[in-house]
Amino acid sequence: MSSMTRTAAIAHRVLLTIRADKRTVGLMFLVPSLLVGLFSWMFNSATLFDKVGGRLVGLFPFVVMFLAASITTLKERRSGTLERFLTTPMKRGEFIAGYAVAFTLMAIVQSGITLSFAIFVCGFDPKGNSWYLFLAAVVNALCGMSLGLLASAFATSEFQVIQFMPAFIFPQIILGGLFVPVEQMPDTLHTLSDWLPLTHSLRAIVDITDGKPTSDILLEVGIVAAVCAGSLLLGALTLRKRT
Amino acid sequence: MSNVATLSGISVHRGKTEVLHEVNLQLEAGKIIGLLGPSGAGKSTIMRVLVGVQARVTGEVSVLGAPAGSAKLATSVAYSTQSSSVFDDLTVEQNLQFAREMVGAAKERIGGVLAEVGLTAQAKAKVGALSGGQRNRVSLAMAMIGQPQLLILDEPTVGLDPVLRAEIWAIFRQLANAGKTLLVSSHVMDEAERCDQLVFVRDGRVIASDSLANILLQTNSTSAEAAFLALATKQVAA
Repeated sequence: MSSMTRTAAIAHRVLLTIRADKRTVGLMFLVPSLLVGLFSWMFNSATLFDKVGGRLVGLFPFVVMFLAASITTLKERRSGTLERFLTTPMKRGEFIAGYAVAFTLMAIVQSGITLSFAIFVCGFDPKGNSWYLFLAAVVNALCGMSLGLLASAFATSEFQVIQFMPAFIFPQIILGGLFVPVEQMPDTLHTLSDWLPLTHSLRAIVDITDGKPTSDILLEVGIVAAVCAGSLLLGALTLRKRT
Repeated sequence: MSNVATLSGISVHRGKTEVLHEVNLQLEAGKIIGLLGPSGAGKSTIMRVLVGVQARVTGEVSVLGAPAGSAKLATSVAYSTQSSSVFDDLTVEQNLQFAREMVGAAKERIGGVLAEVGLTAQAKAKVGALSGGQRNRVSLAMAMIGQPQLLILDEPTVGLDPVLRAEIWAIFRQLANAGKTLLVSSHVMDEAERCDQLVFVRDGRVIASDSLANILLQTNSTSAEAAFLALATKQVAA
C-alpha cells in the first residue's frame, strides 16, 4: 500500500466524517453566502457592494475553514486515533496531505457556492476575471485551513480553539484593509498588516476586481499559498509521534 | 519459550518527575499477558514505550527483534489506546476500511474480522451509536485487521458487564491459540485468572511478572487481589 493510497484514504475518511454531520455541512456551505447576502442588503448600493463583495467572498471561507480544520484535527489528537495510526505505516506527512486534499475539495465547493451567490443573487460584478476570484477564494480557504491545523497543536480543548478566533483571526480581519485602507494606517500597523496572510489574500482580490495585471494578482496569491504551505509544514512538525 | 518483546532498564520522565523506574519485562510469544495495576500506575506508559510513541525513554526496548516504533514493526504490532481510538462519526465498516488501508490488509479481512468479533450485523451502524462493548470490539477488530504478531490493547474491557467481558476474552484466547501475543491492561484484578502471564505494576514499578499460580505461591495468597496487596505492602516497606 503506497503513500498515495494512504493519503487518499485519509482524505476520504475526513470527507466521510464531515459528511456524517449534516448540520455542519449545511453551516459550512450556506453561512458564508448568507453573510455575503446580509452585507449586500446592508450596503443597499451596488457600487459600494462591488467594492467589498469580492473580499467578503474570500473572507468567510477563510474563517469557516480555520474553525473546521482546527476542531477536526484537535478531535483527532484527543481521541487517540492520531496516536493509534501513527503506529501504523501512516506518516504524518500523509496525514497532513490527506487533510489538505479533503479540505481543498470542501473549499472548492464552498467558494463556488459563495461566489455564485454573490454574483447571481446579490448582483456582485466581479469586473476582472471571476475564475481568478474563485482561485483566490479557494487559496484563501486553504490558508484558513492550514492555520487551523497548526492552531490545533496549541489547543487542548475545543474552547481554546474557539478563543483562537478573536486572538488570531480578528486582528487579521481588522488590519486586512477591509475597514481602513492599509496605506492609511499608522506606519507600525501598516508594517504589521503586510506580515499578515489575510492582508495579501484580500489584496489579491482587490487587484482582481480593480483589473490589475495578472503578475500583481499572482504575486499576492503566491504569498498566501506560501503561508499555507509553511503552516502545513509547521503543522506536520507539531504532529509528533513521540509525546 | 521465545520472547516477542523485552524491556530492559526502562525509565520514563514526564516533566521533572520520573514516571517509570527501571522497568524490566519480557513478553512471551503466543501468550496473553495481563498488565495489572491501579490507574496511574504506569500501565499505559509501558504500552506506549512498546509501540514507540512515548517520549523521553531511557533503557532498551526490543520488539520482534527491532527497536520499538521502527518502520518494520508498523504492521506487525497493533495498538489500541485507552480511549478506544475509533471514529465515532463513521460506520463500523468505514472504520475497518480505513484501518485496512493504513496497514495494507486485503479487502476480505473486513468481513473476516467482523465475524470474529461478532459485529457482522452492525457493519452499517455508526460507531458512536453503539454500546460500549460493541465500540471496544470495533477497536479490537481494527487492531486485528492486519494480522499483527503482537497486539497491545489498553484497557479493552473497561466498563463492560461480565458477559461482554467474557466474550472479548474468548476472542483474545482464540488469537493466542493462533500464535499471537497479546498485552492487555486492566485495573480489574479478577481479569488476572484469564491471563497466561501477569505483570503487576504499581507506582511506576513492575512488582511482579510471572504466572498467576507462581505469584499466588510466592505470596501465599488465594487471589490476585490479595497477592497484589501483599506485594504492594512489601514494596512500601522496602
